[in-house]
Amino acid sequence: MEKYNIVIIGGGPAGLAAASAAYDEGERSILILERDKELGGILNQCIHNGFGLHTFKEELTGPEYAKRFIDQVVEKKIEYRLNTMVMDISPERVVTAMNRTDGLFSVEAGAVILAMGCRERSRGALNIPGYRPAGIYSAGTAQRLVNMEGYMPGREVVILGSGDIGLIMARRMTLEGAKVKVVAELMPYSGGLKRNIVQCLDDYGIPLKLSHTVVDIEGRERVTGVTIAEVDSHNKPIPGTEEYYSCDTLLLSVGLLPENELSKTAGVELSRVTSGPTVNEQLETSVPGIFACGNVLHVHDLVDYVSEEAAMAGRNAAKFVRGEVPEDRSKELPIHVEGGPRYTVPCTIDPAKLPEQLTVRFRVGSVMKDRYVCLYLDGERVLRRRRQIMAPGEMEELVFKKSMFEAHPDVRDITIRVEEA
Amino acid sequence: MYDVVIIGAGVTGCAVARYLARYEVNACVLERGSDVCTGTSKANSAIVHAGYDAENGSLMAKYNVEGSLMMEPLSKELDFAYDRCGSLVVCLSEEDLPKLWDLYRNGVANGVEDLRVIGRTELKDLEPNVSDNAVAALWAPTGAIVCPFGLTIALAENAYTNGVEFRLNTEVLEVRRTENGYVIETNQGTVEAKAVVNAAGVYADVIHNMVSEEKMTIVPRKGEYMLLDHAAEGYVRHTVFQLPGKFGKGVLVSPTVHGNVIVGPTALDIEDKEGVNTTAAGLQDVTEKSGLAMKDIPLRQVITSFAGLRAHEARHEFILGECADAPGFFDCAGIESPGLSSAPAIGLHMSDLIAEKLGLSRNEDFKGERKGILDAKTLSPEERNELIKREPAYGQIICRCESVSEGEILDAIRRPLGARDLDAVKRRVRAGMGRCQAGFCSPRVIEILARELNVPESEITKTGGGSKYIVGTAKDRI
Repeated sequence: MEKYNIVIIGGGPAGLAAASAAYDEGERSILILERDKELGGILNQCIHNGFGLHTFKEELTGPEYAKRFIDQVVEKKIEYRLNTMVMDISPERVVTAMNRTDGLFSVEAGAVILAMGCRERSRGALNIPGYRPAGIYSAGTAQRLVNMEGYMPGREVVILGSGDIGLIMARRMTLEGAKVKVVAELMPYSGGLKRNIVQCLDDYGIPLKLSHTVVDIEGRERVTGVTIAEVDSHNKPIPGTEEYYSCDTLLLSVGLLPENELSKTAGVELSRVTSGPTVNEQLETSVPGIFACGNVLHVHDLVDYVSEEAAMAGRNAAKFVRGEVPEDRSKELPIHVEGGPRYTVPCTIDPAKLPEQLTVRFRVGSVMKDRYVCLYLDGERVLRRRRQIMAPGEMEELVFKKSMFEAHPDVRDITIRVEEA
Repeated sequence: MYDVVIIGAGVTGCAVARYLARYEVNACVLERGSDVCTGTSKANSAIVHAGYDAENGSLMAKYNVEGSLMMEPLSKELDFAYDRCGSLVVCLSEEDLPKLWDLYRNGVANGVEDLRVIGRTELKDLEPNVSDNAVAALWAPTGAIVCPFGLTIALAENAYTNGVEFRLNTEVLEVRRTENGYVIETNQGTVEAKAVVNAAGVYADVIHNMVSEEKMTIVPRKGEYMLLDHAAEGYVRHTVFQLPGKFGKGVLVSPTVHGNVIVGPTALDIEDKEGVNTTAAGLQDVTEKSGLAMKDIPLRQVITSFAGLRAHEARHEFILGECADAPGFFDCAGIESPGLSSAPAIGLHMSDLIAEKLGLSRNEDFKGERKGILDAKTLSPEERNELIKREPAYGQIICRCESVSEGEILDAIRRPLGARDLDAVKRRVRAGMGRCQAGFCSPRVIEILARELNVPESEITKTGGGSKYIVGTAKDRI
């Protein structure tokens, strides 16, 4: 059986950054397995700009951003295999994959980094009633068709969901010559970044209807129209508010789901909130030596943060392989959340293993204005940061410092609490 | 002139065609859709009823029990997915017990083997997630599940390779009786036949009424379903029905042969024979009723919902046989549940009836065996590697949710009566059937279809007709 010290599942932004950072940490035996025909992952179809503001201090398109990391991987001569689908990961870190040339093969890995990304929630998962004609696409599928294959999926478009891909596609479809009639959003707030609402909808006069959903899809062969209606506070459609939009296309941008079917084969424990693995401060999952980063861990808004997180996973995986991280995990403490955050990544911490600084990321469950985000150690507040506004569509972070924990050597309770300012 | 024209390539029409091919016959199946199995046969509970439900003495009872017995050997002969997982009819209150025993006695009278009424303890052992209200159940070990696409496509392919012609995208507009038989006008021209088989599903009344004065009415009875992801596999082990009673009429909860869980159907008579839309009320109904006989159904795992139309005739009975005032015109009408279960028996007997009428002789060259599309997942790693070495396309996964390789998709396209659109590929190899619902694989399947069929990608449809997937190229109207 082939052996690599680190096997990375996925050659998108997370996998590339993890590989590059593991190399910089001194690791040379690295293999990236990528299911697509090229590296770069979903960035390849994100041809709009706005990537890399944090990482490179400039505005790049998705493919440009990906290229910077692909170049690093190529320069460092990190091995990768394309068109290769990983079929199974065992708890003992044997990765089984398949492609045309190698057939079905297994690789023994010193450490595994999960970087498979996420998938889009489908119409079926929402139980949207109506017919099942052609013309219903997830926003990402439409994005691939338009941006990578040069095809128009439709002419008159209604978009359900105001996640970032939906917003980006509203603008893209408009620029390609389609008429985007409306974006409907179930929640009373948008799921996307504020800047995308301004630049993708407002600038093109596309209406955003909050607290609205699609209640019927018409069309036997191809979509001929959809009906949207306002919803009440329980997200139930309000009778009498139905509006019919004739269209040939319905795009869905109704949420992203970390794609963890493989993680399950390895016995990795998943969070019910994020659908991603529960990880410690090393970004190590419940299975020793299996790390996770990027959208497979939790869905991000900005790729810059994916790269940062993945680099950390890459470094930690390299340290794990070298045996530099103590194996004992019995001292891990959960990070509790109160007053708004729905989860944190990481979700547990062993204070003894903390780096100098650790960025803890989370999302809140509803829009909150004028708050403090506080860190309490055994009931004592050690950190307080003011936030003008927090929304579920924008990931929040809090930076833990090792020094805070050194002042509380016997800490038993770690809590992030959001408080009214 | 054909000896026999069969109208409709659903499971019944294809079964008649397949068994008819055992005779020396010049036969043709006319199908309105772009593929076989595009109507009622593709949207149902996907189960083979044991046969205890249909009223004793009815055609439904006779054909159900016989079809159920034929199904397992047929699944081996024609290589389609079938699993005799057994079925349970769960009784939720003591006061309904007499009805459970009535059902048992009806089943025994119908000739269903191995039926038993079991108590709560045994029921819990068999089906751990059964409702805590369950007091007893009728246990039918001969109940089974089947892939309805697999069954129908297998019958069609086997009929085709034994010489039966199939004309797809061919809608029957008119049927006229002549001195020698029948003239059938279609949107693709005229065909003539000595005998006609009416297997037109919800349109069986329309076809029947073209030639007979004894008018028939088929009411589309809509059933809505939800399908759960593989992640829910193991939640339910048998097909679980609920005995209608104190708590109303429930819906079934069953595993599928591919490891999903199916929940449904509703039952609502509608007027529109094309009304296969799901409704908020219907899906709500399924959600509520699913919890009657089973508890804690993981409905979070729903990956799709769909509706099918039962071809319901007022007497709730199969109408099988030669039409009294139209000699040579054979009805297979009112084929609603247990229609799927009965299909092999209906095919067998109808073909014999037609053969006798036309004086057909046996086809000595008939080959009843058919090899299905290879599911590479069932191979050992060594076998799989051998295969990939020979055919590298089997090493390229296209549908990641269902692990379907390019090799399997090519087989689906290249074989007899091969797939011509996305849904046809989906029904044959399950590409697009999984949790992402074709989000990732559809552009790639389109690419493969276009390449194989040598047409532009813009010509590829979801399910024939005007169901175009791509409407143009970027900026083409700017």
